[in-house]
Amino acid sequence: MNPFTYERAEQAEDAVRLGSAQGAKFLGGGTNLVDLMRETIERPESLVDVTGLSAEIEERADGGLRIGAAARNSAVAEHRAVRSRYPALSRALLAGASGQIRNMATVGGNILQRTRCAYFYDDDGSRCNKRDPGQGCDAIDGFNRMHAILGASTSCVATHPSDMCVALAALDALIHLRSKRGERVVPLTEFHRLPGETPQVETVLEPGELIVAVELPANPIAQRSTYRKVRDRASYAFALVSVAAALDVEGGMVKDVRLALGGVAHKPWRAFRAEAALRGKEATAENFRAAAGAELIEAKPLGYNAFKIELAARTITAVLRELVEGAQ
Amino acid sequence: MRFLVNGQPVEVDVDVRTSLLDLLRDHLELHGSKKGCNQGACGACTVLVDGERILSCLALAVQYQGKEITTIEGLEEDGHLHPLQEAFIRHDGFQCGYCTPGQICSAIGMVAEAKRGMPSHVTRNPGGEFVKLDRDEVRERMSGNLCRCGAYNGIVDAISEVYLEAE
Repeated sequence: MNPFTYERAEQAEDAVRLGSAQGAKFLGGGTNLVDLMRETIERPESLVDVTGLSAEIEERADGGLRIGAAARNSAVAEHRAVRSRYPALSRALLAGASGQIRNMATVGGNILQRTRCAYFYDDDGSRCNKRDPGQGCDAIDGFNRMHAILGASTSCVATHPSDMCVALAALDALIHLRSKRGERVVPLTEFHRLPGETPQVETVLEPGELIVAVELPANPIAQRSTYRKVRDRASYAFALVSVAAALDVEGGMVKDVRLALGGVAHKPWRAFRAEAALRGKEATAENFRAAAGAELIEAKPLGYNAFKIELAARTITAVLRELVEGAQ
Repeated sequence: MRFLVNGQPVEVDVDVRTSLLDLLRDHLELHGSKKGCNQGACGACTVLVDGERILSCLALAVQYQGKEITTIEGLEEDGHLHPLQEAFIRHDGFQCGYCTPGQICSAIGMVAEAKRGMPSHVTRNPGGEFVKLDRDEVRERMSGNLCRCGAYNGIVDAISEVYLEAE
């Protein structure tokens, strides 16, 4: 691990001042960053510890929730309002990592965690455009079973590993950002970038900009939401495919729907096309399957991950059926 | 840096790169917590910080100043093993023993989480008030602790005897 200086910020204002220094990085629970620093894939010159900033989970007058970015994953997962009003978020968090890691990892850090592509981690032996821009990508023709089927580029086929972010994408979450220039709000679905020609640029964050909170808007549909994760082991494994969904059915018809996919793209993938295909349709397995097909029509398989296309279609269909049956 | 380790105040001068695990093992001579993978995959380094289980290998010690840290060495009372340590022996909850300190610290933290109502991935109604631990719940909640000898049945038996059957 390269040497660095350490400072703990007590206020968001101090954090953004310290974080704007050349080579500075914000430090949350460290569960991803410390590992990457040990591998010298991340080489910050200074760390600004932001775990002392707001971790409050605040119920707002309009019925929404505001979650401080320093809130631990476990604290969010077990919060009563999250469990009752945004069950997909609680379930997604509980499907991620392990009990120990959920106690350490912050919400801000979860959003900013980096891909677990094995070629990205293999600094000594593999080419990676995300780690060393312009070098090439050994995953595209390599063992790419875990990699992207949607939105990938010829530069990068990595996936975003978060479970939490898939639920946040489905639940219309807003990310509150702060920098020396002030505050702004970005929808989670527009926060992460697709790889394009610059896979090393993963989010719309400006240098020195800090995630201060996640806002969940009030929406009754979120109460009927869930999350399902398909993985190689029953627990403690990253997703092959995951689905976060919320469904409002009235008189057998889909009144409204939210759908997002994990494990399939460089960002949490909000399935806007599938949602559009479903609104106003009968809530039947055939229509769910057709909507999944509308979303996956542009899916492009790599050498080892073609199974993900059918797996995603089946998981979408199964989760929507589960929500219909749960409402009856 | 100052910490409270197993009830004792300690003050050490270490590089900010030092992990909590290396602080315990290399600077405080507490070798119970183990370095298995050193990348957050195996759980052998699990310790309790203010009663919460964490992975000490991924924790920079500098972030935990002033905290109360409990390792396997801090679980005995007046020369008597912790009831869960006794149960691990009775149920053969280990072969080589390398993962055991992490398993035991993790289980103690896990039970405290369940007691205050924390649901898990296998909890049928995560919105419910109470969580009843059963063997499936224990297995899911302990999935961050690997045992390469495969002593899982003994581990679940030991945890079940101390925390499930007593309820």
